[in-house]
Amino acid sequence: MAHEYIPIFIFLAVAGAFPIVTLIAAKLVRPESPFKEKLLPYECGIDPVSDARGRYTVRFYIVAILFVLFDVETVFLFPWAVRFRQLGMFGLAEMVVFLALLIVGYIWVWKKGALEWI
Amino acid sequence: MSYLDQTLHLFPETVLAVAGTLIMVLSPTVKNARWLGRIALFALVLALFGSHVSYHHGEYMGSAFDGLVTNDAFAILFRQLFIIVAALAVLSSFDYLKREGIETGEYYALILFSVVGQGLMACSTDLVMIFIGLEISSISTYILTGYRRHDARGIEAALKYFLLGSFATGFLLYGIALVYGATGSTNLAAIRAAIPQANGPLVAMGAALMFVGMAFKVSGAPFQVWTPDVYQGAPTPVTAFMSAAPKAAAFAMFLRVFLTGLTPAAGYFWLLWGCAVLSMFVGNLGALMQSNIKRMLAYSSIAHAGYVLAAFTTRSAMGGAAAIFYLAVYSVTNVGAFLVVAHLAGKDESTVAISDYRGLGKRHPVLAACFTIFLLSLLGVPLTGGFFGKFYIVTSAVAAGLPGLAIITMINSAIGAYYYLRVVVTMYMEDAESPAATPAVPASGTLVLIFTVIGVFALGVFPTMVLEWASQAADILK
Repeated sequence: MAHEYIPIFIFLAVAGAFPIVTLIAAKLVRPESPFKEKLLPYECGIDPVSDARGRYTVRFYIVAILFVLFDVETVFLFPWAVRFRQLGMFGLAEMVVFLALLIVGYIWVWKKGALEWI
Repeated sequence: MSYLDQTLHLFPETVLAVAGTLIMVLSPTVKNARWLGRIALFALVLALFGSHVSYHHGEYMGSAFDGLVTNDAFAILFRQLFIIVAALAVLSSFDYLKREGIETGEYYALILFSVVGQGLMACSTDLVMIFIGLEISSISTYILTGYRRHDARGIEAALKYFLLGSFATGFLLYGIALVYGATGSTNLAAIRAAIPQANGPLVAMGAALMFVGMAFKVSGAPFQVWTPDVYQGAPTPVTAFMSAAPKAAAFAMFLRVFLTGLTPAAGYFWLLWGCAVLSMFVGNLGALMQSNIKRMLAYSSIAHAGYVLAAFTTRSAMGGAAAIFYLAVYSVTNVGAFLVVAHLAGKDESTVAISDYRGLGKRHPVLAACFTIFLLSLLGVPLTGGFFGKFYIVTSAVAAGLPGLAIITMINSAIGAYYYLRVVVTMYMEDAESPAATPAVPASGTLVLIFTVIGVFALGVFPTMVLEWASQAADILK
């Protein structure tokens, strides 16, 4: 039983060693000449004015959550579309029910005004 | 069996889910949210009626959806309990929500969705399905806890409940994964059959992790820490609801998983025993020190979880029946008690200290009398349901050869007398210096009071009716 796992352990060890070895090798080989512009997040572009971890409006979260929801919907639609012929009427009915539930959620979100950027 | 026939096995859940969705869609347009509450009530009554018919009709009993769910006496009893508790909670919410200025339709929809999840927890015979039911129920309850979203304590409660609850769910899921790994199935019957040949330590570890997750959900010690804060911060009708329905649902899944699926994995007896005894002591001793009535009832609910766990520890059908009967009594009583608290809480829940109940016996004799009845039932005084609840638990413990557990249960009952009776004394024998206004009880509240008081006495005087049903339900636990 245990020896079946040996490849997994080898994989783990290789995966763990890879970044360490690469970083050390790069450190030894590369020339090092840091200066201010080079260390900025965007070397060519606007200079950053404050920390990125500031507070921002909570509406971004709502948009993000809605995006994830309807994005996942597509994830389910895709395999269904690929297998559409085999699934037949039953698959179509199931998908209609699934989409109807999501559309109900969409109507609710819309009517609640969550899509409006005030 | 056709697809529709199978769906009729889940008739109550279907009705409630459709009604909940309808309420959600209507809520942005319907200005008077009370109408949506009435739709919720109607759906609950319909679901109750439907499950009653299916129980007596017999056609839609048994398993469906390839053994994912089953409609048996156990599932139907619990389901009807959740529906009744939810209906009482909806009724007691009407005036509370108006007073707090948070009357929206989504509240009622969330209660319905929560009941859908609980129903699935009670009727599922597959670990994955049970998990989905638990999540539906829990997520709705997390949101309901934070429904007073302008109140810092409400938000704190919701956040705590959500974070700790998700963590506990993680434990449960890891346990399910390990049990699946050891037995090769998530179906309870298949797990039971596979355990004797399975990898023992793996099953034991899975069972232990599942135990942690479920003990959290029923607020059994040492996983009870969230209970007082959450019960205090949640809107009081929600506290009433979640101290009864999700807790009973968690016990339903606890009983079904451990006494039908994991029966042959015998190692967990002392886990149950320790959790039961610890919950009783932590709950009762904690309640002694509370000055806030909601926190006191929260600690008392931990103690009651301990009593049910004590019945569970016997691992017999008799103990199972005692646990189910106790849950029914406890739910009805607790909903009544929290309704009184919700009615007297005042705007922004400003008067929920025990000292605010001074002189209530003079200010509002009927309300004080009802509250006394509920407290006496929680204490377990004869003529109330609580007496027979405790009686059956102690009897089943003795019958199972656990006299120690029976004695500890009785000692704890005696400790409980102190804090329950202290409230009664405060109401009748102390006078308030500056009594708060006592609003008249609205019609919906009166209905809940009448139902719960009758329920408490009916269970105390004619316990056999429900007990027989509970024994029939507990037959599956052999």
